[in-house]
Amino acid sequence: MTVILPPVPRTPAARLRWAAADGWTIARRTLTHWGRRPGETAVALLFPVLMVLMFGYLLGGGILIPGGGGYREFLMPGMFAMTMLFGIETTFAAVATDAARGVTDRFRSMPMAPSAVVTGRAAADMLHSALGLAVMTGCGLAVGWRWRGDTADAALAVALLLLLRLAFLWVGIYLGLLARGPESLAAVQLLVWPVGFLSNAFVPTGTMPGWLGTLAEWNPISAAAAAARHLFGNPGTGDSWVAEHAVTVAVAWPALLIAIFFPLSVRRYRRLSR
Amino acid sequence: MTFAVVAEGLRKRYGDTEALAGLDLAVTQGTVHGLLGPNGAGKSTAVRILTTLLRADAGRAEVAGLDVATRPAEVRHRIGLVGQHAAVDEILTGRQNLEMFGRLHHLGTRRARTRTLELLERFSLTDAADRPAGQYSGGMRRRLDLAAGMILVPPVLFLDEPTTGLDPRARTEVWDAVRALVADGTTVLLTTQYLEEADQLASRVSVIDSGHRIADGTPDELKGMIGGDRLDVTVRDPRDLPTAAAALARVATADPEVDPDTRRVSAPVRERAAALTEVVRALDDADVTAEDIAVRRPTLDEVFLQLTGRRADPDTTPRGTEVAA
Repeated sequence: MTVILPPVPRTPAARLRWAAADGWTIARRTLTHWGRRPGETAVALLFPVLMVLMFGYLLGGGILIPGGGGYREFLMPGMFAMTMLFGIETTFAAVATDAARGVTDRFRSMPMAPSAVVTGRAAADMLHSALGLAVMTGCGLAVGWRWRGDTADAALAVALLLLLRLAFLWVGIYLGLLARGPESLAAVQLLVWPVGFLSNAFVPTGTMPGWLGTLAEWNPISAAAAAARHLFGNPGTGDSWVAEHAVTVAVAWPALLIAIFFPLSVRRYRRLSR
Repeated sequence: MTFAVVAEGLRKRYGDTEALAGLDLAVTQGTVHGLLGPNGAGKSTAVRILTTLLRADAGRAEVAGLDVATRPAEVRHRIGLVGQHAAVDEILTGRQNLEMFGRLHHLGTRRARTRTLELLERFSLTDAADRPAGQYSGGMRRRLDLAAGMILVPPVLFLDEPTTGLDPRARTEVWDAVRALVADGTTVLLTTQYLEEADQLASRVSVIDSGHRIADGTPDELKGMIGGDRLDVTVRDPRDLPTAAAALARVATADPEVDPDTRRVSAPVRERAAALTEVVRALDDADVTAEDIAVRRPTLDEVFLQLTGRRADPDTTPRGTEVAA
């Protein structure tokens, strides 16, 4: 009888190497999915572009930016933040599908690093969103959007957007583990869309009824969009307290979301074995 | 005798439902052990505890000599799990699936690749290797699932209802694969609702119901438990059924069962030759034409009925259709 047993990592360094290798294998699995379904991947990346065209050219003509400035210049940072928000759906669908199909259980019964399921997912999804951000940047440049600040500010804006995506990663993982299957995606979309539109992403909050405007201004999407507008030197930043502290709020929101959803996800994952 | 799997007094409760109520189990190394019971009997819960996916509330269990609660990581090095879902990535091809699982078992890229080729060959998937697993038929997906569960030729393999939803041809394919594994020395714990499956594959069977073991033995021993052989008489005219039942009752050790649909009367008997002679004579005297008379060993279905007072599965024929690629 030939039983091939793999070497068991004994030192912390060896364990870390295993965890990194496993995480990479899991991430590569998702990258392979993109290659195998290029059409779906392209549609997912180009969908926000469609929204830019819709809002920028069909609806934008009717929207005035307080303090002046072109609408598309205002819209792009909002669309960057929306692209991060759409990431919840990607993460949710992947996590819920694996859990429902028994793939998560198979991973858990295997001699791999338990953390790899999550780190691999995180790496692949962050890469996906970074790619989405690059596509949107290209789209923005094509429709006349420019960043007018210095490079360090622009880099900070990108970092803040990705930080928001990282926070949404944990929201997506938690919801995916909570769901009974990928069929609940429609319910998640029902959550994602109002949250996205109840923000300053498409229109300045000053145009909304008072209380709704305040609510929209405090939305994490608005915080990221406002910070990005500020850092990119784009118009429509406003002059409320939130607008003046846009960068601080754009750090605080993701930090708060991670503080809530990271422990919830870990607890939910552990509860799989109860 | 060494045991590859030992469980003592396993308990697991979900709210008000007691999934396992003190399950004992001992699986001899190098054999196929059947875990037989209806839906909700606790089979899957037992498998999830033994494969470290679930923690038991009480009791202890060892797999390959290692305690599943205190040394789960080491247990995972020695087991394969093929669960109720065909847990493969449907977007990846068969080859990509196996290479991924090989890398996750830390075989290294080259060995993962050669192992993949071996497994594809062994499970007759070489021709379909580069098609996405989502396009596989039910039987092919199950075989890929089995292959993924034995990347390392695990000392202990858990098969949780491996043929549920497969058509007869696909079931036979899975059975052949399991037999080949055992020939290589793997111990298999197999849960099933299909009594025929346990009869075909398992050298020992534990019957469980409501979370504990209600019987244990070889399939023959279990059949012996309900009174040895059975005598079946099929009559040509349904009106003769009461007469045939009366003739059988004289030699039977229990009340005969009458099935008007198949025009068959069936009862357990002790002395098979004597019983057969007497029944033939009695039917002849009563002028009853028998279409068929046969002495046979009881099925596990009848064992289950006897032990629990109900059938294992109201629909004992496998359901589900094979999706053609």
